[in-house]
Amino acid sequence: MDSADLTAAERLLEAEPSLKACIGCGGCTATCSAAEFVDFNVRRMHMAFVKGQQEGLRTQLNRCMLCGKCLLVCPRGVHTRSVIMAMRKELSPEEK
Amino acid sequence: MKKVAVIGAGPAGIEAASLLAAQGLEVALFEKESQPLHNLTDKAFLFPNFADARQVSERLLEKLHTPGIALLKDTPVVSLLAPTAGGSWQVNGQGFDAVLLTSGYTTFDARRKEELGYGIYPGIHTSLEMEQMLREGKIVNTIGDMPRRIAFLQCVGSRDEKVGNHYCSKLCCVTAVKQAIEVKKLIPQCEVYIFYMDLRMWGQHFEELYREAQTDYNIKFIRGRISEAGGTFDRRVQIKAEDTLMGRPMKLTVDLFVLMVGMEASQGTRSLAAQAGIAGEYGFAQACDPHTSDNCTAHDGLFVAGSCKRPMTLTDTLADARSAAWEVLRYLHSGLK
Ligand code: SF4
Ligand code: SF4
Ligand code: SF4
Repeated sequence: MDSADLTAAERLLEAEPSLKACIGCGGCTATCSAAEFVDFNVRRMHMAFVKGQQEGLRTQLNRCMLCGKCLLVCPRGVHTRSVIMAMRKELSPEEK
Repeated sequence: MKKVAVIGAGPAGIEAASLLAAQGLEVALFEKESQPLHNLTDKAFLFPNFADARQVSERLLEKLHTPGIALLKDTPVVSLLAPTAGGSWQVNGQGFDAVLLTSGYTTFDARRKEELGYGIYPGIHTSLEMEQMLREGKIVNTIGDMPRRIAFLQCVGSRDEKVGNHYCSKLCCVTAVKQAIEVKKLIPQCEVYIFYMDLRMWGQHFEELYREAQTDYNIKFIRGRISEAGGTFDRRVQIKAEDTLMGRPMKLTVDLFVLMVGMEASQGTRSLAAQAGIAGEYGFAQACDPHTSDNCTAHDGLFVAGSCKRPMTLTDTLADARSAAWEVLRYLHSGLK
């Protein structure tokens, strides 16, 4: 955590503040349409991003079909689909 | 003689009514059902010590014999009106010097979480229905056999902004652990899972019960919220969750799926709190101050106790009722009235 660069994470939370309320319950991952077919974990992705970890995220992010099913189940009202779109935008250049 | 109306003959109403009557007040205890204590008499055993709910109920019901209590069964309170200058509180048109609202809670209607399949697929039950099975000492799957695998899901209707309830219901965590242990006592070979977001083992002996569930009963705890449940061709239930500690989405097929339904303000609480102008968050009744004045309300002579204010355990409800009785007495003796 000491060496983590959190600037992208801060921009993400600014773009989609609902993410701050996430409690990591995994409901989004459990219900995710893409996860049915490929290795893809939306909760782990946004939690990693918020902690400044972006390794391998680009490939992962592209697996999302933007179907929006995840946001229907979130108990904390996180707008997960917008989170994905914002993450795509805020990815650091090395990851892009 | 001063007259007090107590609205709702649950644990809080009975406890407070018996104390007030013992102090020489005339107490009318209104109950909408044909029998008092219906939210308690539908339980089998109580956490954390597996006390027999029937015995606890009987001990409470004995208190109703305190001289001075008139129990009015089948008598819903339809009108609760504040006094006009110098007059008295009006409950169903009768005058009282003080009113104590103990109209309690109801459980969350699991049908509102459609994705969890309750009322749609067989094998999906609420924690109340599980309690009923435990009371009868008989747990069967959808084809009348002994279940081999059961999953419990926490926080159904609580901590969920999709149903408008942001709050935690406080007692479903420990209730799931209690029920899971009882299942294992009845069917030792049954696999039992509890899916949770956080385990809130805040009360005395709750944490010990959790530990016992792990060490003595091999109950499996999975941190993840089940987001969907559906029926299978062989009348079992398939659930989807993420095992968040492993970081892996998972599917699990179970014989019975139990939804730990949370507590909401009862219909009576909602309508009476609104009528009296003390409606608080989520339809619960609002007291003045959570620290120093938790039984008084914005109106002189109107008091509140128990789970009409917020989710509360039986232990806390009874303590709160005793504290409310004291506040009522203080008010009536203060010369304010
Ligand atoms: S469902 Fe909502 S609260 Fe749960 S992990 Fe996903 S974003 Fe976070
Ligand atoms: S929007 Fe993306 S992350 Fe959400 S359920 Fe659909 S595929 Fe999964
Ligand atoms: S007590 Fe436990 S199961 Fe009940 S709402 Fe709170 S966290 Fe959820």
